[in-house]
Amino acid sequence: MQWFLEASTTGHKIALMVVAILLFAAVMGAILFAVDRPRRVPNWLVAAGFLGPTLLLLLVGLVYPALDTIRGSFYSKNGSEFVGLDNYATVFSEQSFQRVLLNTLLWVVLVPLVTTGLGLVYAYLVDRTRFEALAKALVFLPMAISMVGAGVIWKFVYEYRPDQPGVNQIGLLNQLLVLVGIEPQQFLLNWPSNTFYLIVVMIWIQAGFAMTVLSAAIKAIPDDIVEAARLDGVGGVAMFRYVTVPSIRPALVVVLTTVAIVTLKVFDIVRTMTGGQFGTSVVANEFYTQAFRQFNVGLGAALAVLLFVLVIPIIAYNVRQLRLAEEIR
Amino acid sequence: MTTTTPVMAPVPVDERRLTRAERRAVAARTKFSSPAASVIALLIAVLWTVPTLGLLITSFRPELDIRRSGWWSVFTDPTFTLDNYNEVLYGGGTNFASLFVNSLVITLPAVVIPITLALLAAYAFAWIDFPGRNILFVAVFALQVVPIQVTLIPLLTLYVDTGLAGSFWTIWLSHSIFALPLAVFLLHNFMKEIPASLVEAARMDGAGHVKIFFQVLLPLLTPAIAAFSVFQFLWVWNDLLVALTFAGGAPDVVPLTVRVAELAGTRGSDWYLLAAGAFVSIVLPLVVFLSLQRYFVRGLLAGSVKG
Repeated sequence: MQWFLEASTTGHKIALMVVAILLFAAVMGAILFAVDRPRRVPNWLVAAGFLGPTLLLLLVGLVYPALDTIRGSFYSKNGSEFVGLDNYATVFSEQSFQRVLLNTLLWVVLVPLVTTGLGLVYAYLVDRTRFEALAKALVFLPMAISMVGAGVIWKFVYEYRPDQPGVNQIGLLNQLLVLVGIEPQQFLLNWPSNTFYLIVVMIWIQAGFAMTVLSAAIKAIPDDIVEAARLDGVGGVAMFRYVTVPSIRPALVVVLTTVAIVTLKVFDIVRTMTGGQFGTSVVANEFYTQAFRQFNVGLGAALAVLLFVLVIPIIAYNVRQLRLAEEIR
Repeated sequence: MTTTTPVMAPVPVDERRLTRAERRAVAARTKFSSPAASVIALLIAVLWTVPTLGLLITSFRPELDIRRSGWWSVFTDPTFTLDNYNEVLYGGGTNFASLFVNSLVITLPAVVIPITLALLAAYAFAWIDFPGRNILFVAVFALQVVPIQVTLIPLLTLYVDTGLAGSFWTIWLSHSIFALPLAVFLLHNFMKEIPASLVEAARMDGAGHVKIFFQVLLPLLTPAIAAFSVFQFLWVWNDLLVALTFAGGAPDVVPLTVRVAELAGTRGSDWYLLAAGAFVSIVLPLVVFLSLQRYFVRGLLAGSVKG
């Protein structure tokens, strides 16, 4: 049994990985073999074989934990005592948490809007130009980089060295400031501007996603619409404003809502770049800190539930918009 | 461009002979000829590339140089070294080579398992007729709403109670569970696109569901499987939250991201380690991403626009 739980050498780890995959294959193979009796087994039993493992995992790993967290959010620090809405009251009334909520609001409003705007403009500008493939790849690349990696990359851009003779700035942004004669700044130290500098990183990561989806939508605009507009003398900015944007409205809504949801759950960037210090924490980061660093499980659960509740209206809006779009069609 | 008098420009006869793509290209060139547009596009492209480039260059510079001058000074004084990578990969304090193995060991099963499960489930939802099918499908679809944060505390308790805590199993299981709702939904979309006549024909020939799944559907779904694999690979390899929660304290299990984030916190000014370490963690996803970009984009579009 120990062999399965503790692997410390490379060979052992890889062997364990292979065993895990084989074990999984064997279990699934056995299940499928058991239900593979054409015409002798009722459909629901076959369906149970195909679906059972997935439903079991979802019940144990998603439904039960979610319900348990909701329950836990009404209990005290270590879950022993029922405290009603106290945890939620703390989140909404204490000043430090109010700042967390305000930061989260800034993230959720700014990131989707700026990301979608930039992605849209860029997709439009490079659409069907000679260097389209390269131009898109450059903006797309950050999507492959982890938020942790992106956090390190931008931490380096924001790096600060005291402004003394003989000391060179090693962060790009401060070097640029020095070049134009402004004193170098500690970008990540002062609230609220530090939150904006962190938001830049998220925009940098997500713009590629927005650009890709919107670019595909732009290419799907029927040629006759573009052609007709051009014959009417519409061009440049007017074409963008009156033809392109209205034609891809459903895609815009999808991008806005998707980015908003991802942003709401953002954790890695804050964790890597400031650890939530200097007033930069957001709900997802505060959840981690409270639940797993401060061991205040009740409060952590309340923050997680808050996250859950905040996601719902965004998704509801998304579904509604999709319905409307389908009705028009 | 504010207003243009609508001129009924006579269409030149020549233009009719141009293909659709060519006409769009001509239009694009006129659009791009505006200097402001080119400047904006160029500016965005530079902003999106230079930060990464800066850290990449830094990772190859000697430790002292990194502390004394910015990475841009390599253009006047190029000195490079592999020492940083050597130190970060094999040095006792960092040992990223073994963390790379951890990341790999975490990622492969966490890609294979959920995709296999989701394929089977998607097949059941698409091609097996059983009571309650639609309600179940909507329920699985709706589970995408649940943020993983909501599940972490009870899951950790569950893992501790079963004695699995701090092993690879917890991470494999967690990633598999979290991937399922989206995977089932996406693969179901792809599966529905396959003509029913193909499935019907196989059924007429007496093939059971298992045979149909493996021999008829699976080969046709290869692009979809590739798309979701790239997606899930990037997600698992780049994940911080799940790994931090379930393996945070086990050095034999933690993946690269956890240690890079830790280094950024505790040794935030050791840029020679941090830069090289960050690139060790970035390189594999970049390679996978660049070589399979086509599939990734396909998956992305299927997931967001259709959804």
